[in-house]
Amino acid sequence: MAKKADEAFTPTGMVYKSTSLPKPTRKKHKTLGLKDEQLPEIFRNMYLQRRFEERAAQMYQKGKFGGFLHLYIGQEAVSAATVTVLNDDDDIISAYRVHGMALARGTSPGACMAELFGKATGCSKGKGGSMHFFDVERHFWGGHAIVGAHIPLGAGLAMANKYQKNGRVAICFFGDGAVDQGSLNETFNMAQLWKLPVIFVVENNGYSMGTAVERHSAGQLHKRGEAYDMKNGVANGMDFLSMVETLNDVVKEVRETNEPYFLEVKTYRYRGHSMSDPGNYRTKEELEEFRSFDPIERMKDYIIKEKVATKEQLDEIVEEVEQEVLDAIDFAENSDFPEESELFEHVYTQEDFPFHK
Amino acid sequence: MAEKQFRDAIREAMVEEMRKDDSIIIMGEEVAEYNGAYKVTQGMYDEFGGKRVIDTPISELGFAGIGVGAAMNGLRPIIEFMTFNFAVVGLDQIINNAAKIRYMSGGQISIPIVFRGPNASAGQLGATHSVAFESMYAHLPGLKVMYPSEPYDAKGMLKTAIRDNDPVIFLESEQMYGMKQEVPDEEYTIPLGVGKIKREGSDVTIVAHGKMYHIAQQAAKELAKDGIEAEIIDPRSMKPFDFKMVIESIKKTNRCVIVDESHPFAGMASEIGFIIQRDAFDYLDAPVQRVTIPDAPAPFAKNLFDLWLPDAKQVIDAVKTVTYRN
Repeated sequence: MAKKADEAFTPTGMVYKSTSLPKPTRKKHKTLGLKDEQLPEIFRNMYLQRRFEERAAQMYQKGKFGGFLHLYIGQEAVSAATVTVLNDDDDIISAYRVHGMALARGTSPGACMAELFGKATGCSKGKGGSMHFFDVERHFWGGHAIVGAHIPLGAGLAMANKYQKNGRVAICFFGDGAVDQGSLNETFNMAQLWKLPVIFVVENNGYSMGTAVERHSAGQLHKRGEAYDMKNGVANGMDFLSMVETLNDVVKEVRETNEPYFLEVKTYRYRGHSMSDPGNYRTKEELEEFRSFDPIERMKDYIIKEKVATKEQLDEIVEEVEQEVLDAIDFAENSDFPEESELFEHVYTQEDFPFHK
Repeated sequence: MAEKQFRDAIREAMVEEMRKDDSIIIMGEEVAEYNGAYKVTQGMYDEFGGKRVIDTPISELGFAGIGVGAAMNGLRPIIEFMTFNFAVVGLDQIINNAAKIRYMSGGQISIPIVFRGPNASAGQLGATHSVAFESMYAHLPGLKVMYPSEPYDAKGMLKTAIRDNDPVIFLESEQMYGMKQEVPDEEYTIPLGVGKIKREGSDVTIVAHGKMYHIAQQAAKELAKDGIEAEIIDPRSMKPFDFKMVIESIKKTNRCVIVDESHPFAGMASEIGFIIQRDAFDYLDAPVQRVTIPDAPAPFAKNLFDLWLPDAKQVIDAVKTVTYRN
């Protein structure tokens, strides 16, 4: 048996440890440029992401909609910090674990839930589904489900921004599995050569589907940037203030220098890769360890400890969010499916395209 | 009107459009400092500079995708592939991103991008450098596909492609770049999806696009010596395809041969043949015939390559079959 294990090309049994997370920042929110009144709203945003997805999972299990459902639960500090630090017209693009980022950016829970349900009122008119949320008005460019395929798109968004001299930066999120794709390496090379104002962020949640990061990627992820002379670093994605601290610096630098940056965010997803994942590749202990420093609980504790708001005030927000999510479900359920004529809509911009029959 | 090479016609289309619209850029391997692997982009770097004429590394997946991203966000990129055989490396960006993002976003995004470069065989280059991809691209909703056979068409069609707000696959040929034809300096465009009857005849309709159009012309000259007058239709656009022109012609000639440099299985010729049997069944006096490359990769050896590539004799044989002269 031991011999067999020695011979394995991809040995099993590796564990993702929370000790690999950078230490959380000790700085207070005011030092990081955040005002008191922002914090309860950020808590609301993070809790909305959490509650939305917990309810979405229930709806999925009830058979209210089909397709895949990849939950972001556990990673909400990353999206919340991103929209806090970026300007509203900076461009965000992400992968298929995308509900949290859309909600963080301000896409309404109703439009998000309706998209899951495949309704015409969804944020992609019911044509994208869970993995393809888009809200271009809010500079949210999707929602992409071929692993790594949107990394060049992120650089392309940045290229157009630089060309147009509009001062916007692009931020491109992907999972640790995407680091292994050729698209990342090709894009990094060109982004650095062409000095594109783009922040590449790998949300390293420890697993590429069911394969632990040590089993699928050689070396530390952020060091892939070194090969291209790209500035890079690591951030603690389980702590909102730590994320803000890092992003403050990174966004400022990218905006000023017009050069790319590769940020590895260490985070964790509590749920499976998708709804059909029993999670046999990790232990209960590991999951509990990460849950013990849940980003939303941490935010709540911080707000109360710093006397920015009372527990009662936060409980009120929780109640409001609960209702908001229930309203989103009602909205989705009561919305119409797309008209049949929509089948051929938006294939082309050309309105009289003669479809082949 | 001056005679111009195919490569000059393509360059003129790009240069004239770039002078009018600052959002147009061109990227690809060797397009700038080297002035183009086939000299299509000669002089463009000097005129427009490195902000708009951009040399890329050999990273088809990467630069195709960066082009799509830039198109989503306000630019109108022209992506040159040194050949479409290399575009295979970047297909994910064309098939999954360029063709589908508009649809998946419910129409929030448009992707005005042209992917252009030589297609199909160019002599003895071996199997990986000799594939005709028009059938494959035309198969996919979200893409438009154009394939000019002559310099005049090339200029007018490329202008249309550049101005189009959807992704366009624009196919050329190494072996046609030096071909000359009178091309006006004045502004003109050729619409998408409109073919052209390039030789009138009453005995048989030959549908032939790209390099194969010229094979069809050679065959028609020979056939005329035997008293067979072929009508040649160059469809020019592969998608959408001008089926109406083909059907109308068959109503006159009652016979049809399709010449297609694709492989036979599920190629352009198969689809054109299907539409003809459905929409012109009652007008046909003989089963439709096709001339294609075989169901085999391109060989290197000269004798095998010549056997592999369609020639005028095969077209003549096919015409004789549909006119029952064999």
